[in-house]
Amino acid sequence: MAVGLLDRRLLFVTGKGGVGKTTVAAALALLAVGEGRRTLVCEVDAKGDLASAYEAGPLAFEARELQPGLFAMAMDTEASLREYLAVQLKLPRLSRLGAMARTFDFLANAAPGIKEILTVGKLAWEVRRGRYDLVVVDAAASGHILGQLRAPQAINELLSVGLVREQTGWMLELLGDPATTGVVVVAAPEEMPVTETLELVEELATTGVGLAAVVVNRVLPELFGRAEEEVFDRLGEPPASAALAGAVGHRVAPVLDAARLAVRLRRTRAGHLVRLRQGLAERPGPCPPVLYVPELFSRSHGRRATHQVAESLGAEIS
Amino acid sequence: MAAPGIERLLAAKEIVVVCGAGGVGKTTTAAALATVAAADLGAKVLVLTVDPARRLASAMGLEALGNTETRVGGQAFAAAGLEPRGQLWAAMLDTKQSWDELVRRHAPDAATRDAILANPLYRNVTGKFVHSHDYIAMERLYELHSSGTYDLIVVDTPPTRHAIDFLEAPERMAEFFSSRLLRWLLVPYRSRLVNVASRPFYQIADRALGSAFLADVAEFFILFQSMYKGFVARARAVERVLEDRRTSFVVVTTLEAAPAQEAGRFVEVLAGKHLHLGAVVLNRVLPAGLLDGDATAAARELRARSRELGNALAGLDDPPGPPELVGRVLAELGESFLNFAVVAKREAEQRAELEVDPALVTTVPSLDTDVFDLAGLARLGQALRR
Repeated sequence: MAVGLLDRRLLFVTGKGGVGKTTVAAALALLAVGEGRRTLVCEVDAKGDLASAYEAGPLAFEARELQPGLFAMAMDTEASLREYLAVQLKLPRLSRLGAMARTFDFLANAAPGIKEILTVGKLAWEVRRGRYDLVVVDAAASGHILGQLRAPQAINELLSVGLVREQTGWMLELLGDPATTGVVVVAAPEEMPVTETLELVEELATTGVGLAAVVVNRVLPELFGRAEEEVFDRLGEPPASAALAGAVGHRVAPVLDAARLAVRLRRTRAGHLVRLRQGLAERPGPCPPVLYVPELFSRSHGRRATHQVAESLGAEIS
Repeated sequence: MAAPGIERLLAAKEIVVVCGAGGVGKTTTAAALATVAAADLGAKVLVLTVDPARRLASAMGLEALGNTETRVGGQAFAAAGLEPRGQLWAAMLDTKQSWDELVRRHAPDAATRDAILANPLYRNVTGKFVHSHDYIAMERLYELHSSGTYDLIVVDTPPTRHAIDFLEAPERMAEFFSSRLLRWLLVPYRSRLVNVASRPFYQIADRALGSAFLADVAEFFILFQSMYKGFVARARAVERVLEDRRTSFVVVTTLEAAPAQEAGRFVEVLAGKHLHLGAVVLNRVLPAGLLDGDATAAARELRARSRELGNALAGLDDPPGPPELVGRVLAELGESFLNFAVVAKREAEQRAELEVDPALVTTVPSLDTDVFDLAGLARLGQALRR
């Protein structure tokens, strides 16, 4: 039997900017907590969107328990480096990094893979040391996630010796085990998000990290079946529309216009969904589960919206 | 008279930089602006794009957009029923290729040039350090603008985590190459003398990364430093072009919370940097009818009295359908309107929070189909000009 999505230990949630990646990550973590899993959720991009999804205050590198079983943190590569030096390399904890920290930061900016390994390394280490059942990562957008996932391999190849290289072995093992680590790609049923999702899925195959699921966000409900659509078309024509306006006693035209827009939007999006499903089915290997989250017609973006998404995802997973 | 904003920009400016958060329709907006400027204003226009949808590229008759500019052919325009008065050109930004060109231009001699291009770290590093993609976009813009080939260049900016990153790219690039830290890093490889302050750093770095790797990195930076003057001078020149009155910025956003807030911040940053905001495009905005109080009342009635209204309509001489089905459709109509009205209200709130001179704001309605051909771009362009 396939591994359940939340049975894994490490989930990277990624996708094109603007598709609702953070909300999905936050919702997956909530679902896991609801199943009694001790869960750490980490925001990598440090934009503060994860905190907004929970309506919690600013997050820090030190994980904070937001509700029983739900821990949240924000990635900070310098803090990760400090922890790494102290814990992994058994170097004395540097109380006063000062100029050295800036140099390291600088080097991390300049040298390939350093920032990435500090990010992935911290997450992998949290899995390894076992304080949490599941680590959910609100990961970098599709453009950058590949660099992060490839970092251990890249470092492994770039460094001939050194303690860092020695650390990459267990990371590669952890990331490469599909029962432990998986990527969740979030898409919206629109042209570029679908195209990017298919490209990302293809590229993922070269990283050795498994694809756990594709989440399609903002799926519009089908408004009418065929018979209903015929009725709807007739309602827009003069005799019926005049009678309707008379019977209702208010302006009906904008209501009909809005429904026309909804129908066409849905049709356009359905076309992209078909393309996504075909693209996923055509690739070699088993098709990943595709989970649908409906468009939320809600006022809020915060906790309530996150809970609603979690509910939809929960229904899709079970 | 057309709204002055975008019309005037296209007619009078030499560079229009289109920016905004990812996923708001930046690329399509840039292409649409360039298309109308070429078609209607008779200008020679280039759209410099970053990552166009394949369908968009092929819509412009450009199967493979490359780093060199390609003219959008007459057939593509004819197929769209357009007779362009000017010319439309398009180019895509290829970061790697642009970096190579930059190195070729700035390297002091052939030996340095070849050493850099052959350095194993070079490709990795140029792909990552100090927002190199943003820098390259600005650099390429400068290059194309100073060539004087085009009347107007419309630039689609790279998707960055923060939309303002690319504005600071030239400055950061200059800072990077004049950085004392960089020189400090290079000290032991130049003088073999490690001072007291930096010794612990090298000890740790050696242990953690291996000294061979550090030497690789250092060699790379030493090579790159030989191009320092050229880079800094260039970065300053790029900044001057951005600040020039002939350059204008168009901020694109949807009225969703995150992109709209980012757009607001971006507008502030532009003002702070004395850059010229030409227009704010609100993209994919739901129709105003959704905010109509009377229509909302109608939708509520439809939902509440669907059965009764269904029966009434089914009793017409030429009924739209059987009563039960009509009732169900009416209920759906009401429900759907009220659902979308919630989103429209949210959008209106976001709009009210955007602190921008209303004269600069252009609203583009939510299009019910994707823009996938030149005719679509022209239509979108017309909507933008209105």
